[in-house]
Amino acid sequence: MIDDLIERMLRGDRRATARLITLVENDEEKAREIISKIFPRTGRARIIGITGPPGAGKSTLLDKLIKVVREEDQVVGVIAIDPTSPFTGGALLGDRIRMQRHSTDPGVFIRSMATRGSLGGLAKATNDAIKVLDAYGCDVIFVETVGVGQIEVDIVKTADTVVLVTVPGLGDDVQAIKAGLMEIADVFVINKADKEGADATYFELNLMLDLEKERWEKRGWRPPIVETVATTMKGIRELWDAIKDHQKFLKESGEIERKRRFRAEEEIKAIVSGKIARAIESRLGEEEVSNLIRGVVKREIDPYSAADLILEKTLGVKP
Amino acid sequence: MVERSKVRVLVAKPGLDGHDRGAKVVARALRDAGFEVIYTGIRQTPEQIVESVIQEDVDVLGISILSGAHMVLIPKILHLLEEKGLKPNDDILVIAGGIIPPDDAQELEKIGVGRVFGPGSPISEIIAFIDENVHKLKKFRPA
Ligand SMILES: Nc1nc2c(ncn2[C@@H]2O[C@H](COP(=O)(O)OP(=O)(O)O)[C@@H](O)[C@H]2O)c(=O)[nH]1
Ligand SMILES: [Mg+2]
Repeated sequence: MIDDLIERMLRGDRRATARLITLVENDEEKAREIISKIFPRTGRARIIGITGPPGAGKSTLLDKLIKVVREEDQVVGVIAIDPTSPFTGGALLGDRIRMQRHSTDPGVFIRSMATRGSLGGLAKATNDAIKVLDAYGCDVIFVETVGVGQIEVDIVKTADTVVLVTVPGLGDDVQAIKAGLMEIADVFVINKADKEGADATYFELNLMLDLEKERWEKRGWRPPIVETVATTMKGIRELWDAIKDHQKFLKESGEIERKRRFRAEEEIKAIVSGKIARAIESRLGEEEVSNLIRGVVKREIDPYSAADLILEKTLGVKP
Repeated sequence: MVERSKVRVLVAKPGLDGHDRGAKVVARALRDAGFEVIYTGIRQTPEQIVESVIQEDVDVLGISILSGAHMVLIPKILHLLEEKGLKPNDDILVIAGGIIPPDDAQELEKIGVGRVFGPGSPISEIIAFIDENVHKLKKFRPA
């Protein structure tokens, strides 16, 4: 069945491609088989992460970016990730709304994905979905995530180019950027530049970049700041040019090799942690765990020793 | 029963009428029931809906329609689905809601719509229908 799906995908069949993405997302065993079979055909696509607070206009920007990239006749893939509700397990994925005019373009493949349960799970699912779209023939793959949680940051930071979208008038948000996201951004976007305060935001961002000047100089790339109005085309071509400039920098500086190594490392780590977690779960009796938990609550055993016991029992790892 | 969080539902709003409160309420309710819901916005053409169904590999297509054009738009969507090799009730569950008179509903259920839900149908009925039928789709049957 999988061989058939892969063959159809390579012939450009979109239903087979979509089915393969579902399988890598849902089924550990099948993901393994699919990825090992398509792996030699991957590594060609450029991966661009788009992140920023909810409502900043990421999906609307993507709609316009797709238009510009399509003018260059490149095949575009989009993976748009929205959160799963931790309470119900359900999700409402609405990024597509902004990009629907591209849905009938045979050179565009848009897929919505929910964060679902586990930490390692999302990173793995995203990486695998990227590979399917890469093998399908996408030249450029955009990954949209909400830049709030650590998981999303982890995912987007393995992209070739990370675009961080902010908007004017959220003074606190610019502060929030500083913690963690600032370092991973390759291009800054101030979207909704039609709103009041865009200049102030530009000034503030620029100042923050100045403070980190030494780092940029050492790296050879200072993230440009692009002002856009995603509801029109204002600044969109400039944004695509900035992304392409960064891609050129990656190649010429050899930084691309470092990025690829980093991605491979993160990917292996995510798979290993996932496997360890599952191995432990499958070998651990529920009663044993609840006994240990009770022991910790009663102060009969400390949490470190309880963890050591679990590792020794399930994986034979001596403390 | 198939785990709800792995059931993907696309809520689509074809036709020219400009408001989608009903569709959004249903989309949110299905999310709250634990499904993975994809919402595509208003004024969708049958072509856009079917392409989205394909790319998102959904299990359920929910069509919300108020414009009165249901006897044109829904058969068109079903036709396009079949053209792409998606057989209703076999590859995908199609449900419809909105203002659809009983005679039309009967007709639509004959040509592939799994169930038509009239205005004021409780969401629990829609959820129960999905729970009871989604596992019959080919992809969920044991190979
Ligand atoms: N005024 C203005 N509104 C915008 C701009 N870009 C996006 N929006 C609006 O902001 C809202 C959220 O956009 P969306 O793309 O869904 O944001 P996301 O959550 O970051 O993906 C929508 O109503 C857009 O129409 C812009 O440049 N200017
Ligand atoms: Mg979005």
